[in-house]
Amino acid sequence: MAKEKFEDALEKLEQIVREMEAGDLPLDAALKSFEEGIRLIRFCSAKLEETQRRVELLLEKENSLQTRTFQDGQEDETG
Amino acid sequence: MKNVLTVSQLNDNIKTFLEEAFGILWVEGEVSNLRRPQSGHVYFTLKDDKSQIRAVYFRPYGVRAVKFDLEDGLKILCRARLSAYPPRGEYQLIVESVEPQGVGALQKAFEQLKARLAAEGLFDASLKKPLPFLPRRIGVITSTTGAVIRDILNITRRRFPCVNLLIAPARVQGAEAAGEIIAALRRLHAWGDVDVIIIARGGGSLEDLAPFNDETLAREIRRSTIPVVSAVGHETDYTICDFVADLRAPTPSAAAELVVPRKIELQETLHDLYRRLLASQNRCLALQRERLHSLAARFKDPRRYLADYAIHVDDLRERLKRALAHRTEAVAGRLKPLEARLRGADPRRRIREHSLLLAGLEKNLRGGWNRFLLERSERLKKNAALLSSLSPLAVLQRGYSITRRLPEGEIVRDAKLLTPGNRLDIQVALGRIEARVEKIK
Repeated sequence: MAKEKFEDALEKLEQIVREMEAGDLPLDAALKSFEEGIRLIRFCSAKLEETQRRVELLLEKENSLQTRTFQDGQEDETG
Repeated sequence: MKNVLTVSQLNDNIKTFLEEAFGILWVEGEVSNLRRPQSGHVYFTLKDDKSQIRAVYFRPYGVRAVKFDLEDGLKILCRARLSAYPPRGEYQLIVESVEPQGVGALQKAFEQLKARLAAEGLFDASLKKPLPFLPRRIGVITSTTGAVIRDILNITRRRFPCVNLLIAPARVQGAEAAGEIIAALRRLHAWGDVDVIIIARGGGSLEDLAPFNDETLAREIRRSTIPVVSAVGHETDYTICDFVADLRAPTPSAAAELVVPRKIELQETLHDLYRRLLASQNRCLALQRERLHSLAARFKDPRRYLADYAIHVDDLRERLKRALAHRTEAVAGRLKPLEARLRGADPRRRIREHSLLLAGLEKNLRGGWNRFLLERSERLKKNAALLSSLSPLAVLQRGYSITRRLPEGEIVRDAKLLTPGNRLDIQVALGRIEARVEKIK
């Protein structure tokens, strides 16, 4: 997947924070890491807020798959 | 007329009668006297506490007929026809299908299947796929009615409001359930775009959970390329589905919790990381600043070092002087007694003493010497006169000469010992002649 994943971003962020906390980065690298860290935090926060939740049913009708929005409490579709 | 029948005719009639009269039967009872000849067909006696009947179960071609193996003592429910076997005049049940009856038998079937699949390696930990950390879309296989789907919806919404669900409806109870669950799994795989699948059902008896102990379903779950979470039953109920799934959740609610991280926790994690990032950034800057200060403080004018060296040199000079003085004193101390001893042994005193002695001795010697000289000169005069008469030199005066061969200087007495060319020294009374031999006569 070319798209950056939340999990990977979070892992990278943790790594950056650990490196910076270890305190043996040269100043230049520390500044760069800090900027990258801030970028990852923004990315992750945005990911968390992303999209409205969708709940769908996956059904097979006439040998083809289709999805339909699921209403809570609706009748059993397989019946 | 009496209607006389042969035995064969009678038995054939009985057979036809039995088959027509009873049709398809459901019979329950306990298996005993089980025999399994080479043919693969199974012969046994079905009995209860009062009665018994013969039964035969013809093994269908190529198919594993029973989800479990029949054993003596098992209680079973048979779908069967009643028939007779004319050669022996025996009637018996022709069993078409068998279901285990009661907890003991179901348990037996379950244990057998579990052991077989475990031996095949279907439950190996190495086959378990890890769950995604934050699924974008969760596939849910369950009934769309009932508490289970509602629990899953509620919990996922509470934990993480924006995770999508794709529900593949399937009946989770009854004879068709296993097939429907398999179909639902296939639908989700065909559709794709699902990060994890939850198969869920509320608790129930071992019979209720039978679909989840289905071998075909177990193999389908193992084949899944998407991680599968089994959430069947309640806490203590384990199904084959639980063993073969990538993760077993004790309840559907627990499955929802295991699959979906808490958004608030993630936000807290992020916030915490942000704080730590800021703090270490500040610490890093402060540290560098501090290092700079400390370096600046340690950066001194080199002329200060010159002053230090000057003082040091002075100090060394002083110490050198003192050391020298000390050493001179020590040597002087050793010299004094030596001087005193040397003075005590002044040779001039002894020289004076000895010179007096010498003067006396000299006087005596001179007297003796003069006497000796006088005496000797008298004797010399006498002897010289005598010697003069005997001297070869005196002979030379008379015309003789002494010839010597050079360079040895040996006196020649025999001419034969010479050879022409020899050099000769010839001494005459007055002077010497050097000559060369010409000829020997």
